[in-house]
Amino acid sequence: MPDENVAQFTIRSVQVLAEDETVDEELVPDLDDDELLELYEQMKRSRRLDERAIALQRRGELGTYAPAIGQEAAQVGSAFAMAEDDWLVPSFREQPALLTRGTELHSILEYALGMEEGAEIPDGEGGLPPAIPVGSQPLHATGVGWGEALQDRPNVAVTYFGDGATSQGDVYEAMNFAGVYDAQTVFVCQNNRYAISTGIENQTEAETLAQKAIAAGIDGIQVDGNDVLGVYRVAREAMEKARNGEPVLIEALTYRRSMHTTSDDPSAYREGDEEAEWEARDPILRFQVYLEDRGILDDETEDAIDDRIESELAEAIERARADREALDPADMFRHVYAEMPSELERQYEAFEGDGGGGK
Amino acid sequence: MSERLRMVGAVRETLRDELERDDSVVVYGEDVGEAGGVFRATQGLVDDHPDRVFNTPVAEAGIVGTGVGLAATGMRPVAEIQFQSFLYQGFHQLAQHVARMRSRTRGTVTCPMTIRMPYGGGIHALELHSESFEAGFSHIPGLQVVFPASPAETKGLLTSAIRDPDPVVFMEPTRLYRSFREEVPDDHEIPLGEARVAESGDDVTVVAWGSMLRETLDAIEDVDANVEVIDPRTLYPLDTETIVDSVKKTGRCVVVHEAPKTAGMAGEITSRINEEAFLYLEAPVERVTGYDVPVPMFAREDDYVPDADRIESGIRRALEFG
Ligand SMILES: Cc1ncc(C[n+]2csc(CCOP(=O)(O)OP(=O)(O)O)c2C)c(N)n1
Ligand SMILES: [Mg+2]
Repeated sequence: MPDENVAQFTIRSVQVLAEDETVDEELVPDLDDDELLELYEQMKRSRRLDERAIALQRRGELGTYAPAIGQEAAQVGSAFAMAEDDWLVPSFREQPALLTRGTELHSILEYALGMEEGAEIPDGEGGLPPAIPVGSQPLHATGVGWGEALQDRPNVAVTYFGDGATSQGDVYEAMNFAGVYDAQTVFVCQNNRYAISTGIENQTEAETLAQKAIAAGIDGIQVDGNDVLGVYRVAREAMEKARNGEPVLIEALTYRRSMHTTSDDPSAYREGDEEAEWEARDPILRFQVYLEDRGILDDETEDAIDDRIESELAEAIERARADREALDPADMFRHVYAEMPSELERQYEAFEGDGGGGK
Repeated sequence: MSERLRMVGAVRETLRDELERDDSVVVYGEDVGEAGGVFRATQGLVDDHPDRVFNTPVAEAGIVGTGVGLAATGMRPVAEIQFQSFLYQGFHQLAQHVARMRSRTRGTVTCPMTIRMPYGGGIHALELHSESFEAGFSHIPGLQVVFPASPAETKGLLTSAIRDPDPVVFMEPTRLYRSFREEVPDDHEIPLGEARVAESGDDVTVVAWGSMLRETLDAIEDVDANVEVIDPRTLYPLDTETIVDSVKKTGRCVVVHEAPKTAGMAGEITSRINEEAFLYLEAPVERVTGYDVPVPMFAREDDYVPDADRIESGIRRALEFG
């Protein structure tokens, strides 16, 4: 009987713009100055949104909020590589990707105000609402990528999830189905090193998360998730493959610089000065220096970006507050079925009648 | 010896005592280690028992499913599911294996597992953090479904759950975790399947559990009648006798729950009353419940979860009928 090696696998890891600002010029993606500035601005917009949202939550205005601080490059770089009609299938920490895809600030804030209005998908846009159950949405992205293929359309589904999510069976099922049906799907796993308090070293014994693709028979690749150019490059490649029915898993190595959510206190489980270490690797800072070094970003442009973001945010907060004021609680009855069944109708009438008789 | 604790402290002290008392007890779940769980219900336990308290990967099927195997080897798994609705990720393991192991093997393999989870609304959390699926759990033969409504009750019921030879789904009302303190006795057991008369009266009976019990106790302060309040504490097995005896005395009954109305536990309780106390009834049994809609996000949550006002008007309807 033979005893031989029948299969071998390797995992590539890509970095274009390193922490020390060295650049692999051959790998620099083909983006013009406006596009580069757009990447930068979206990262900053998301960062400011998160900062304002945390402050609003602290004042009791917002509910539990999951900041993406530190993960902006992983999301903006990949979402920017999507084509107009591609689908975004997000989880709950995807502000940078949502903003890059055109979701409005007030809509994200309304979701954080506990309003279903914030989960509405604008007419004609491909996308699904944030999935709260960890690891549940990659299957939807596989379904989307499969559905697009069945209908001979070129659109790709891009789904985001975390390192913790890779422990859920659903995530493996999603990749396996994608492989079997040649789904037009890209899986973006943001390995931010934590699932709430659980460090990546306790999440799995696997050396990389990218290699989880191998068992499903699809491509897996790693990228420095704090390098927006590297992420864009890898994502672009992955999307081209996916458009041809070859699904890809991207593991973006990053770090959740902030709390898991506003109800979490990371000091209970962080080690030593890891936060300071990762502050120095911040994706926005890294890209800012890159743009300045190349004369693409000067003080004037920087100020214009900041002013724009601040005024958009101020407007969005006002809009969200007004929509919250105008909220109709009875709406909870109106969207459960296409047509309200009679028993629900009776509950609805009782609700409208006396603030809810329970009848 | 006793201590004044909040409900979350009572959970923690019970787990500590049971880990101490019985070497086969294993406490595990997402973030239950160093961080002490998202509600801090397991805080400090890993320091004293690093070999039997575990932070698991994020995988509820894994948490519930490994419990079946752990139990088969003689361990006593006490699992935490971070929020009730995430149990759905392990639902197949619960319904297909945890609940059935004893009957499938004619008692030769059992599953003395306790699955704790916070349930219900009221803390402005994200979507799917506010569900109350007790009717679903009670519908699975082989499971016992337990609801504490105070710190002392938590101690007594959780102790019994962990020591019980069969699986228990232990539903902790998120809203009550930190709402008040009370004296919690040491080594306290409350038998599963026994209701408690929380308030005596002879005009109308109200059946309520978990967070709705507190809401009911608030509501009756404004009701000008003698209300008897019954906390079943265990929904399966359900102490029908205590409820029926009360209804025979009062002739009127209101059942309160957060879960949606249709196919909720109020329907089951009403049926049992019809079966055993029909001729004593002076009014149809009232249900004050959540609506047949997914629990809304928190901007509309207060309009969904029954509050003291809705309970009070339910009681009035029951009193005024006929
Ligand atoms: C099915 C399920 N289980 C548990 C939770 C509670 N929870 C929310 S986020 C989280 C950790 C997720 O970690 P990861 O996948 O790494 O994503 P990250 O939070 O780092 O973005 C957990 C356990 C949940 N939302 N869904
Ligand atoms: Mg993570």
